[in-house]
Order: sequence, then C-alpha cells, then structure tokens
Amino acid sequence: MSMRGRSFAGLGILALALAVAPFLVPNSYYLDLVIRMCINAVIVLSLNLLIGYAGQISLGHAGFVGLGAYASAVLPAHFGWHPLLALVAGAAGTGLLALLVARPILRLKGHYLAMATLGLGIIINIVIRNEAAWTGGPDGMPVQSMELFGHELMRDTQWYWVVAVILLLSVWGALNLIDSPFGRALRGLHGSEIASQVVGVDVPRYKTAVFVLSAVVASIMGSVLAHYVGFVTPEVANFFHSIELVTMVVVGGMASVFGSVLGAVLLTALPQALATFEGWEVVVFGAILMLCMIFLPRGLVPTLAARLRLED
Amino acid sequence: MHAEFLQFLFSGLTVGATYALAALGFNLIYNASHVINFAQGEFIMLGGMLAVFFTQAGLHWAPAFALAVLLPALVGVLLEKCAIEPVKDADTVTLIIITIGASLVLRGLIQVWLGKGAHSLPPFSDHAPFSLLGATLQPQSFWVFGVTAVVVALLWYFFSRTLAGKAMLATAYNRVAAQLVGVSTGWVLLMSFALAAALGALGGILITPITLTSYDVGIMLGLKGFVAAVVGGLGSGLGAVVGGLLVGVLEAMGAGYVSSAYKDAIPFVLILLILFFMPRGLFGGLSTERV
Repeated sequence: MSMRGRSFAGLGILALALAVAPFLVPNSYYLDLVIRMCINAVIVLSLNLLIGYAGQISLGHAGFVGLGAYASAVLPAHFGWHPLLALVAGAAGTGLLALLVARPILRLKGHYLAMATLGLGIIINIVIRNEAAWTGGPDGMPVQSMELFGHELMRDTQWYWVVAVILLLSVWGALNLIDSPFGRALRGLHGSEIASQVVGVDVPRYKTAVFVLSAVVASIMGSVLAHYVGFVTPEVANFFHSIELVTMVVVGGMASVFGSVLGAVLLTALPQALATFEGWEVVVFGAILMLCMIFLPRGLVPTLAARLRLED
Repeated sequence: MHAEFLQFLFSGLTVGATYALAALGFNLIYNASHVINFAQGEFIMLGGMLAVFFTQAGLHWAPAFALAVLLPALVGVLLEKCAIEPVKDADTVTLIIITIGASLVLRGLIQVWLGKGAHSLPPFSDHAPFSLLGATLQPQSFWVFGVTAVVVALLWYFFSRTLAGKAMLATAYNRVAAQLVGVSTGWVLLMSFALAAALGALGGILITPITLTSYDVGIMLGLKGFVAAVVGGLGSGLGAVVGGLLVGVLEAMGAGYVSSAYKDAIPFVLILLILFFMPRGLFGGLSTERV
C-alpha cells in the first residue's frame, strides 16, 4: 500500500474506533478516560509536529495548555465573557505570546532550547499559582460550562462526540499538513537547517509557524479540558505535565501521526492502571518510561512499522 | 538598608553554592556524554535524605555523611551503566526522557521508603551566629562556602594536574581522538556520573540544615542547577560556579526586594533573558555548525 493509502486506512480505522468506543465502554469512568485520551491526543499531535517533524524540543508546553484553560476559567468568571469568546481570546493570546518568544527561543538548539521552553512553562505556572485574586491560586477555580448554539454542554456523552470530532479533524489536518510543502519544509529543516536555507526554505519563518501552531492548539485544548472538567488547578500547567506530553510524543513515536494518538492513549491510561500499586505508581511510571526509551528509542509506532515492513 | 543588602547577599551566596555544585555535576556529565541529566536534582535530594536517615539511625556524622555521598555515587554509576550506555547515540529528547524516568524512580523509592515528611539536620557546629556590618551570618553558611571552595579547588587540581582528570577533559573535547590515544572513554563516562552524583549529594547534605529536605526537593533544586549551568555556559567549570552563585544571589535579592512569592520564577526569567541576548551563556564559546 502506498504511504498515502496507509495514512487514510489509518484514518478510517481511527474513525471506526471513535464511532464504536462510547458503546463499548462499560461505565462513565471509562468514558471520562476516553475523553481525556482524545484531548491529550490532539495536544500531542501538534507537539509532535514541533518535536518529531521540525526537531525542536519544547519542555514547557503545559504552560500553553494552562493559558488556554485559565483564559476559559477567568474571562467568563471575572468579566462575564461568553465561553467561546474566552476560548478564542485565550488561543489568540497564547499565539501572540508564542509569536513574541519564538524568534529568540528558536534560534537556540538542543539543550538550550529545552532550557528556554522549560523556563517559559515554569514562569507561566508560577504566575498562575501566585495571582490568587484572579486564578484562585494553588487551589484552582471552577469553570463555567461551555455553551454551543444555545445548548449547554453538560453530559459526558455530548463532550465525547465533540472531542472525537476535534481529534478526527486534527488527524486529518495533520496528515495533509505533513504531505504539503509546509510539512516537507519542516522535515527538511529537521535534517539540516543550513541545507534547507540554501535551497530556499525560510527556516525561521517555518520554525515560528509550527511553534505558534502547536501553542495555539495546546491552548484551545486547554480550554476544552477546563470546560469539560469544570474546574482548573495550576497542575495543568506544571513541569510534570509538560514532561507527560513530551513522553506521549516519544513513546508513541516521533514524526508519527498515529504514534501521537497511541502515545496519548497509553500514557493517559497508564497512571489509572497504576493506581492499584498504592504508593509505588511513580516508581513504576518512571521505570516504564526508562524501559520504553531504552528498548524502543524510536517509539512504538515507527518501531512496529519498521518490523512489519521487514517481514513483507 | 546596607545590612539588609548584605543579609540577602549572604543567604543568596549560601544557596548559590549548592546550585554551583549541582551545575558542576550537570557539566561533568554533559562534557563526557552530551547528556543533560535531569536526575541531577534527585542526587541533591538523596544526599540530604540519606544523611538524615543514617544520622537518625544512630550513625556518627562522619560515616553517615560518607554513606550519603557514596550511595548516590553508586546510583549514578548504575544509571549510566543500565540506562545511558545502552542508548548512547539516541536523540536528545530520548536521553532527556530516560533521565526524567530515572528521577521519578528515585523520588518514588525515597517517598515509599522514608515517607513524605520534611526533615532537617542539626547544623554542623553549634557556634552562635556571627554579626557582620549589621547582617547575621549562620555558621552553617561558612560550612557551605568552605566545603564548596575546597571541592572546587580539588576539582581544579583533578582536572589540571592528574592523568585521570586530563583523560576526562580530553574525552570532552574529542571522544574519538581520546580513544585513539588510549583513553578508556567508557570509564570516563562512569566516573563522570559517579562524580556528578557525589557532588549533588554533597550539596544536598550541606544545605539541609538551612533549608530542610524532603522527597520532592530535587525537582526545583535540579532545575535551578541546570539554569546555573546554562547561565555559565554548558560545559564550563568556571561558568558553573559563577552561574550558581549568580542565580543564588539574584534569587535572594529578588525575594527580598521584589516579591518573595515570585522567588522561584527569578532564575527562569534570568535564563530567558540570558538566552535571548547571549544564546550560549556567559562563558560558552562560539560554535559553528557542520553541514
């Protein structure tokens, strides 16, 4: 099968899985888990464009998720904005911030880039924690429910269809984007920035574009998460959440669209599955991360795909 | 006014000395393997927690502190042997996640074993606090400065006067060339992890009587050590010491004069400003990219 054919077969399988999932889950606990998986998958998809395709590390992406989540919490609560307007404003604000810092940050490479994005994420988290008058501080704050076309989104099943459609559209969008001149430029600058520049790719512009795109997607999904849960705490923006997101990218597979989805599904479920290890969950989670990276350094989907191709 | 400034300066330098030790650890490992060891902060935590555990178990302070440095060094060796060496040429992100996994394992184990409580050590000597130009200096601060100064001097001697140290430097400059002249680069890698872990643990023991310790102090201390290493320029020994002290002092000044709530944000604002204007840190050399 051609690469294109395989991608669209994958899209079909994903659509089918999303269509039957709500009828297969035994109770609302699992439906909640699936909704969180979908939300994470969209964030991871956009982060993978940045890390996997363009080769730029971000250890502060939870900061952008936090900005979106808190825009949706603070703007309606303190200023009476419509939730949809707050979501757009959060995304625009986050995009603007990403645009401002992109040029100086993306000049950096490797560990320096990791440090800068990490710093940005931690500063956002500390601001959220400290501005208690607006954000409720470390205790967090409630979020008004989302209103679409006069309907309040309340029930989990409604939320499920919303996030499932967003995920499907994102996967479709990502597959197309990667196949476009934009995607080729990203992969080119991942290989060699100077070589890309020589053949006429405007490297800083493409790096900025993908950074802003991933920040905006993170912010929008932060808003969605906040409205779905109905409550936000600063943990949504903390360093560990940034690490979780990067881990989903790497475990699923760098530069792999379906790897992003798989990584998000597995690592969203993992902490729940480990809850039975009372007290040991952090140890087991860390050990699984290490083992995954030692034995499958390229991530699950690319490793499996390479193995399948070998058997053909 | 004057006394206040001195007070902030002293407390900043004291904490900064710990950051400097952590930053030296980051640099040792970075030079030997180009890995940023995100578990470095956990070695600081291990040092403090193990020192508390062994002294409370009734050990004399000398063997207790020795064990609290040696055990983390052993953990460092294990980490290198089991997790870093098998994937030496992997992507930066992969290596970062492996060390983050290791830090979670260490933090989790200590939490299961010693609990979530905060612990302290008694100061190393029970002198009364000194008064200097109106500022008060804790005797423990002198211990921190003194031990850090001795360690930095020893490290300088090791790297400039002994064959083992020069072999490590040679590996940092050019691994293949070092191998060609007979340096066992695998051994250098092991030594770097052991030394880095020991330095972190030592910093953790020194600072515990002042700041308390618990299973989760490693994250922030490690990240600030990383900031210090990047401020000074990754890989530079002098940079690590200057960077550590600078981060400590600015943090204390910021907490004192600007806002104590934003104390933890100061190192990260500093690092963003430095990276914006001096992308390779204060003491980092120029680099060229090979095409």
